[in-house]
Amino acid sequence: MPRADEVAQCYVDNSWLCGRYWSDYRPELVDATVQHLWITVVSVLAGLAVAVPLALLARRSPRLESLVVGGTTIIYTIPSLALFSLLLPFTGLSPTTVVIGLALYSLTILVRNVLAGLRAVPDEVRESAVGMGYAPLRLLTRVELPLALPVIWAGLRVATVSTVALVTVGSIVSYGGLGNLLLRAVGNQFKAQILAASLLCVALALVLDVVLVVAQRFLTPWTRRAG
Amino acid sequence: MLGDVLDYLTDGANWSGETGIGAFAVQQLLLTVTALAAAMLLGLPIALWLGHLRRGGFLAVNVSNIGRAVPVFAVLLVLSLGPVGSGELGPYGRAGLATLVALVLFALPPLITNAYVGMTEVDRDVVEAARGMGMSGRKVFTTVELPLAIPVVMTGVRLALVQVWATATIAALVAGPGLGRVITRGFANQSTAEVVSGAVLVAAGALVLEGLAVLVERAVDPMRRAGRATRGRPLPTA
Repeated sequence: MPRADEVAQCYVDNSWLCGRYWSDYRPELVDATVQHLWITVVSVLAGLAVAVPLALLARRSPRLESLVVGGTTIIYTIPSLALFSLLLPFTGLSPTTVVIGLALYSLTILVRNVLAGLRAVPDEVRESAVGMGYAPLRLLTRVELPLALPVIWAGLRVATVSTVALVTVGSIVSYGGLGNLLLRAVGNQFKAQILAASLLCVALALVLDVVLVVAQRFLTPWTRRAG
Repeated sequence: MLGDVLDYLTDGANWSGETGIGAFAVQQLLLTVTALAAAMLLGLPIALWLGHLRRGGFLAVNVSNIGRAVPVFAVLLVLSLGPVGSGELGPYGRAGLATLVALVLFALPPLITNAYVGMTEVDRDVVEAARGMGMSGRKVFTTVELPLAIPVVMTGVRLALVQVWATATIAALVAGPGLGRVITRGFANQSTAEVVSGAVLVAAGALVLEGLAVLVERAVDPMRRAGRATRGRPLPTA
């Protein structure tokens, strides 16, 4: 019978696969995953909250559109490590630094998809709604956005999955979710921790993607027939 | 703050030496160019050929989805502690090989997806017409499909370039080579000026490369299509 104070062989060998790690470090893994999840969700939602009005503004004129699309593309070109570091003087070592950076990346993806989704609404549909007396706001919320939803949702999936992967870089300002475990393992080369955090990170991306796919089936029941 | 950053960037001592900005910048450029060239050699022929046959679309598109979901940081760590190791590799510095492998892996998805999509988006009627004129499959590929697909293929190359540059920066998190080291060193020294200086260099490098890539993209487009052929293109990760 192994005693509790006995060190598991996989720790001694520094193996990649170590079952004991998963149970011994359960609290750390749970905390890191929870942080990873909330940073992802808050960032994508913040990105969405800015993307929709920005896209509505951009579609008013081609010049505004190229300004918005061009501007967000420039932000997207800046590597994540640099973007977080550029925010450091303003927001310091806080989750805000990571959330703002990731929200900016999500914003770039979402603005394009909101614009593309709205553009794909057939003119006839828009005209009949106007003919039926729909006011602009009602036209937007009852006709245009629902029809644009599948394309917007596709952007939401891309933004969410890539945000999950990018949160790890936030470990540079100590708020990287599972990335914090990765960064800690750089020094001590703790392989079991590296593999566990990496697998959880990929799993989180897949789970969130599945959640979004399922949610879309409920939100846009009319597309189910075509699928 | 801005003054401190300017002071840091204009101090010649920070640029020279083995761990100076100059050495790191050369490392990062070398890594970027090598990885992009390797990824193009590996990925483009297969993707273009699959696109020509209009087969394997599922794979070509999903490779991008997988590429997005996998964190660069994790792959770099696993590679440098795994079989690839973190030894010095000539001018590429510490963990040079692990970094190169990771860069190539993350450059492949945008290259493959865009090359494939670019080929399959070529108007089928045009391809049929070329065949009807008696062109062989190879001739159709080189004189009809490829020239028409070039803009989308080149967009993939540009996305891959930006992706590679960003990935090379993250190599610093595993004490690898490149300009990201200025950033991580700044964090270690608790010097915000150094952190921001590194970030400015990395960001400026990315924007310059993106700008150059746009120029190349225009220069090699045989159709010189005006307007917005690249609108709604996919985006890089990392």
